[in-house]
This record gives sequence, structure tokens and C-alpha cells, in this order.
Amino acid sequence: MKKVKINREEQIKWYLSDFARFAERLNGGSQSTLHGTRKQAIKQFSKLGFPTTRDEDWKYTSVDSLLAERFNLSTAASNVSDSFIKPLMFEKSAENTLVFINGHYSEALSNLQLNIPGLVVSSLAAAAEKHSELVSRYLGRYADCEAQAFVALNTGFVLDGLFIYVPDNISVEQSVHVIHLADPDAGPFISHPRSLVVIGKNSELKLTESYHSKGDGSYFNNAVSEFVVDENARLDHVKIQEESEAAFHVSYTQFQQERHSVISTVNVDLGGSLVRNNLHVLLNDENCETHLMGYYMGRGRQLIDNHTFVDHAMPNCFSNELYKGILDDKAQGVFNGRILVRQDAQKTNALQSNKSLLLTDDAVVNAKPQLEIFADDVKCTHGATIGQLDEEALFYLRARGISEEMAGAMLRHAFVADVLQSVKDEDVRERLDAKIIERFTLAKKTNTNCE
Amino acid sequence: MSTEQETIEEFTNSEYKWGFTSDLDTELAPKGLNEDTVRFISAQKNEPEFLLEWRLKAFRYWQDMQEPKWPNVKYAEIDFQDAYYYAAPKEQKKLNSLDEVDPKIRETFDKLGISLDEQKRLSGVAVDAVIDSVSVATTFKDELIKQGIIFSSFSEAVHEHPELIKKYLGSVVPYTDNFYAALNSAVFSDGSFCFVPKGVRCPMELSTYFRINAANTGQFERTLIVVEEGAHVSYLEGCTAPMRDENQLHAAVVEIVAHKDGEVKYSTVQNWYPGDENGKGGIYHFVTKRGICHENAKISWTQGETGSAITWKYPSVILKGDNSIGEFYSVALTNNFQQADTGTKMVHLGKNTKSTIISKGISAGKSQNSYRGLVRVAKNADKARNFSQCDSLLIGDRCGAHTFPYLEIHNKNARIEHEATTTKIGEDQIFYCNQRGIDTETAIGLIVNGYCKEVFRELPMEFAVEAQKLLEVSLEGSVG
Repeated sequence: MKKVKINREEQIKWYLSDFARFAERLNGGSQSTLHGTRKQAIKQFSKLGFPTTRDEDWKYTSVDSLLAERFNLSTAASNVSDSFIKPLMFEKSAENTLVFINGHYSEALSNLQLNIPGLVVSSLAAAAEKHSELVSRYLGRYADCEAQAFVALNTGFVLDGLFIYVPDNISVEQSVHVIHLADPDAGPFISHPRSLVVIGKNSELKLTESYHSKGDGSYFNNAVSEFVVDENARLDHVKIQEESEAAFHVSYTQFQQERHSVISTVNVDLGGSLVRNNLHVLLNDENCETHLMGYYMGRGRQLIDNHTFVDHAMPNCFSNELYKGILDDKAQGVFNGRILVRQDAQKTNALQSNKSLLLTDDAVVNAKPQLEIFADDVKCTHGATIGQLDEEALFYLRARGISEEMAGAMLRHAFVADVLQSVKDEDVRERLDAKIIERFTLAKKTNTNCE
Repeated sequence: MSTEQETIEEFTNSEYKWGFTSDLDTELAPKGLNEDTVRFISAQKNEPEFLLEWRLKAFRYWQDMQEPKWPNVKYAEIDFQDAYYYAAPKEQKKLNSLDEVDPKIRETFDKLGISLDEQKRLSGVAVDAVIDSVSVATTFKDELIKQGIIFSSFSEAVHEHPELIKKYLGSVVPYTDNFYAALNSAVFSDGSFCFVPKGVRCPMELSTYFRINAANTGQFERTLIVVEEGAHVSYLEGCTAPMRDENQLHAAVVEIVAHKDGEVKYSTVQNWYPGDENGKGGIYHFVTKRGICHENAKISWTQGETGSAITWKYPSVILKGDNSIGEFYSVALTNNFQQADTGTKMVHLGKNTKSTIISKGISAGKSQNSYRGLVRVAKNADKARNFSQCDSLLIGDRCGAHTFPYLEIHNKNARIEHEATTTKIGEDQIFYCNQRGIDTETAIGLIVNGYCKEVFRELPMEFAVEAQKLLEVSLEGSVG
């Protein structure tokens, strides 16, 4: 790997000059209150700078490769043909699909047929005009702009993204699909997609987000999502990240849960050269339930970093976390699962498990499951295992005439099964399954101990 | 209690400074830390040139270092210039009867089951010698010498076996290692040295407390243990009786070298003054302990940590040789305002290396107890195996228990398992005991001891018995 000398100061200056150009283009928009937020965020960003491996949170993930490249801010959706988008859609949610190209909403490619009174599903830019009161009530209230440089950067450039508002007592039957397509044909770009999803009391939403790329160029997606799940509400969330393997994907997702709410989120990472997902859940009131699932699959020189933080602030909540990963070639996986149980959060039940498979000696796993407990009447466990396929199981399959390659693929498929099964939407699950199997059978070697 | 144990107790007496007026005529190095202090310490001990050089190098390196801030503990800034770094051994005033001893200490002695005679000796009361400890210790020493085992104070070893010191000092914990290791390297006062030659199995458990001339090990202790091929030693450090000391900062370094087929078992019970119920005072215990295992060697750390206001300690094993084994068994108990950030590091470099980590943390009162451990498997460490279990027990709702395991795995054949649980003592368990006429406090002691059994099993017999009692004493007042 070539060593590039990185001048962090220069890079920060570049992003600041980017901001100046961005502000100019806003015209009248630069007078809005939103722009005040942007200015403040960018100031905070210049103060924070980019994290280094000396920061405990970035110990295993260096952003040097990201800083070695210079990205131009994407200004508008490029032209992508309909035929490219079609196969990315899911049959059942085809009529509730929002398409973003390089971070910008494409009305032509999207298909929105949902018609429920009070329900808003739109681009953030449109919502900021039409429902400005709603947007300003929630936007930027949950994601941590103060300490997270990438959140500050995103907030500085906040313009477009997803906006969903589900009013009280509405259960949205159809699931909503959001496609983020990157088209780096015009050169490396940066986009700052922002999502804001608010689910009112006793309401329900199913949401699938998927990130794709056209071609294998380099670009940088710096996404921030805020989810507000009100009392007794339910969210089923799936995020599929299939960026180009030259791309950078940094995401920060904040879930805010109120009393009796239930969320389930499955995060699958297949693409990207440098991927960093920050997933924060705040259990802000009693009797919340959280299911956090993740699956990551690295090959080549990919680095996939998942940082999750479950913040038990109130009593009687339950959280269950399961992250699994398979790392091939020279890929690196990072898992940092932090569970904080605050003093008031008695009767908390928090489970966490992280399992990784290493397929080669050049692959690396750095895991740090972390428990911080300040309440005594709790049940908290975490487990982490790192290993390889079970030799006996492999032998069993081989003895039944299954090729080594196939047997390895079957076992790896079984390894991820419990994460995949938590995807409730059949369409999505089948598509994911097929994708993963494809990756398994593509793998040249099976890397077992049965040589 | 065995004579061995009594001898151990005997030699602890000079550590109990609490409640005594210190003799102002003792020889002190000038306050503060600079090169002259380092030279002064070295000159006082009449050290050879190489050691002074080494100390100075360490000191110069230390000057450029930053105090680490990452441990999960909070304490007031330490002023390194406002301390004495060398004090010659002091004579302490003898008391005339046990009545002059702090009643709290006496109470603890009673609970630990220490006999009256011992109590007198432990608290520095003049007594007629029941057992001539010096002669006992000498007998031990003779026996050791016969086998070729060297066991002496560090200063003694520097003069008698400079070649060994030169070869091994800093070989496991170099002075560049960390802030407190560098500080210790520059100003260490004394410590122990143990060398077991090829093929020898040390016939007895070695303890720091029957070593002669070890009266004042001071706050910067340095221990070096070397076992040659096929040799074996079990080494005990510390004492279960409460220790009081006027030095607040204790930065010790322990180095262990286990050559091919060698085995070292290192057991510690640490019960330094933890401060009072309100968190005032107490010892800062910042220790670097590390061992290196060559082929087929084994190093096992067992620790019981109940004392100190702040404990900051990670006994580690570098599994360099193939088939080597590292073990870590720990019980860390914090009460009142104590803070502990402790754990281990297992670095797997050789093939077929194995490590086991069993850590039991108990937090009570308003204390904070953290486990921080690293398991690292290098690229060439084929078939490395690790099992870690870190359990935390919370007693009361004002304390905290934290776990920070780091797993860095670079080899596909590694099998790494880590599990951690955090719970409180079950109400049903206490109820069961109450029902059978056992009061709650005793019940908690029982349950906690059961919980720690896995670790205590690893301690040498007498130590284990005392450690159990110690837990009960330390937990007092944590109920209700």
C-alpha cells in the first residue's frame, strides 16, 4: 500500500472551502434558521478535526486513506437510467420507493404511491419547505454534533435526504424502501445524506435502506440518520450497504426510543473500502425493547468497523445485540459494542454477542465488547468469539460427497443464518440471502483446516 | 498456622507506620525528582555504573512522557516534584502494649484470625520473640542456596550477581514501556530477585516476607524472577493483613522470565490502605507486571485485590515460545470510594499457545471496578487458544462495574472466546441463607466466596484461607 503523506490541516481547510462554495450556491437559503445550524456545525467540525488512531474510538480504524483523497461535493442527481434502478427495487415495496442519486432525491426515478392522511414520506429538502415546522422540531436534536466530527460535517452540509413522519396511531402496512445510488462517473464525490424518521405514538413503520453503486469508482458517503420512535411505536429497519469496494462509507445512526417502543434493526455491510458505522440507541424511557443485528463480510483490503452503543437510561428495558462477520483475504473487521447501564436503569436486561470467522491469516479482527454498568439489579452479558469453521462439521459434509468448496460455503451460510432470519421482510431476506451465497461461492478458496 | 506463615507475618511489621511518629533523623533524599535524585539513590546503594546509566536513561525518557489518562479512574493530579524518592530504612518507635494500636486495625486482625502474638508483632509492639524468625529465614535460605536458587533483595543481587541483573533487568518491561515503569526504572528503591537454575524445582513457596533485608521495599519496588530451563517456582507477594503506608503513590514493576519448560506461579494479595469510608486518603497502586514465556513455559498470575484507593494493574504474559501457557486469575473487590482498573494482557506470538483469563470483579459501596484486558494473537501464532471469563458482581446501587476487553486477532486458526456477565447477588440466594439462620452479611460473604472460588482455588493454601476472610472483612458495611 502506498504511503501518502496526509496533511490534516489542509484537508480541513478543503472541507471548509467546500462549505463556502456550498453556502454561495444556496442563494436565499443561506438566510434560513437551518443555515444557522449548518454554520454552527461546520465551526464545530473545524474545531474537532478528523479523528486519529490515538482516539480510543478510532484506535483500529485510520481515516488516512479517506484523507488521502479529495472529493468534490455532489451538487445534483446525475442521470441514471430507469433500467438500472428497477432491479434494485423490491417487488412489494416498488410503489413506495425513494431514490437518491449521489445524495440527491430523484423524483423521476422514485415511485411514491402511499396515501395515508398525515403521513409524510418525502425528500428532506422538500419537507424543509413544506413541513418546516416538523423538520426543525426534530432535525439535529439527536445525533451528536458536539463530539462526532463526521456528524458535524454532515450537519454542516445538510440539504437533502430522507424524511418520514408517521403521525400517531398509524400503522404503515407497506414497507418503504430507500435506494441510495452512487454514480462516481464524474469523478470522486462526497455526499452527506441525512435521514430523519419520526414515528408517532402507537404507530408502526417498516423501512429498508440500501446503498448501491454504479461502477467501482471512489466516493465518500457521509450519512447521518436520526430515528425517533415514540411511545408504543414500532420500527423494523434494515440497512444494506453495498457500496463500491473503492468507496468510503461513514454512517452515524441515532435511535431514540420512548416508553414501550420496540425497534429491530439489521445492518448488513458487504461493500466499501473503508466502512465505519456508528449506531447509537438511547432507551429513553421504561419498557423499551431493542434488537440490534449486524452482519459484515470483508474481502480484499476492506475495513469494516461497527461501533454500537446501547444506552440504557431507564429501568425495565431489554436489548439484544448480535453481530457476526466473515473476513477473507486481507480484510479487517472492527467491532466495538458498548453497553451503558445508567444508575436509574434497574432491571435492565442487556445481551450482546459478537462472532467472527477469519478465513485467512492476513485477515484481522479487532473486537471490543464493552460493558459499563452503574445499576445493580441488572442482567448483562456479552460474549465474543473468534474462530474458524468447525472441522468436524466440515468433515461430516465431505464424507457425504460434498466438495470442500461447497461444504465451506454451506457452513458459512449457516453461520449467518440467525442474523438473516431476523430480517422480517421476505423480499429483502431472499435478496440478501442470494447475495451472500453468491459471495460465498465466488470465494476462490475455502480455507479450512482440512488440508 | 504454619511456621512459614508466621515468618511471613513477622517480616511485615516494619510496614505499619500508621499511628507512629516517624523519626525525623532518617536519611532522606531531597524532595523532588531530578537527575541528582537518581544519582543520589544509586550512590546510596553503591550501585555499579551500568545500573546508574540505566536509571538515568530511564529518567530522561520519563521526562518526555505524559501521564496516562485512559484508565477508567479519577484522581487528583500527582505532583511528582512534591515527594521524597528515597528514605533510608527507619527505626520505628516500639509500642508498649496492644492497647496503643489503632482499635480498627485490631478489630481487623481479630476478624482475620491472627493470633495475639502475631498481632503484637504486626503492629510493632515489643514482644519476646516466640519464634526466631531470622533463624527460620536463614534456614530457608541455606536450603535454597544448596539447590542453587538465588533469592535475595534486589540491591543484594546487584552486588552479588550483576551479570544476571544486567542480562535480565528491563528485558520484559523496558523503561520505555509506560509512564510509571519509566519512573520506577529511574528511582526504584529495592525489591526482590529470584533465580532458579536449570531443572530445579523450588522446594518451597517463596515469599517476599521471609527475605532478609527487605524491611523497606519502599514505594518503587522492583521484582525480577528468572527460571531457567525446566525450573519451577511458586512466588507469593503481599499479605492479607491491612497495610498502612505514608507513601501515597506506589509504582512497582515485576518482571518474569520463564525459559524453556520453566514454570512460574505468581500469587499476590494486595490490601494496601484503601482510604476511609469517605474516600479520603488511600494508596495509588500503579503497577506494571509482565512475564515472558519461552517454549513450553508457563506463567500463571493469581491476584486478590482488595486494597488501595486506586488500583491500576495489568499482569501480562507474552507467549513467545511455542506451546507456552499464560494464566490469569483475579478477584478484585472495591468498596466505599475505591477505584480499580485491572485486568491482563495475553500476547500470543508462538504456535499452539494457550491462555486462560478468569476475572471476578466485585463492586460495593460507591466504588468503580473495571476489567480491562487485551488478547492479541499475532499473525504467526497458529492455533492460539484463549478463553476469557469476566464476571462482575454488584452490591448496592451506587457502584459501577465495567468491562473493556480488547481482542486483536490476526490469525485464522485462533480460537478466542470471551464472555462477561454482570449481575447482583440473587435475592433468592440470600433468602435461602436467611431461612437457615444465616444473617444477610454472612450470607453475602458466603455467596461472594463461592463466586470467587475459581480464583481462590489457584492460590496457595494458607493464602486462600486468608483471602476468603479478607473478602468478608472488606465487604463489611456494604449491606443495608
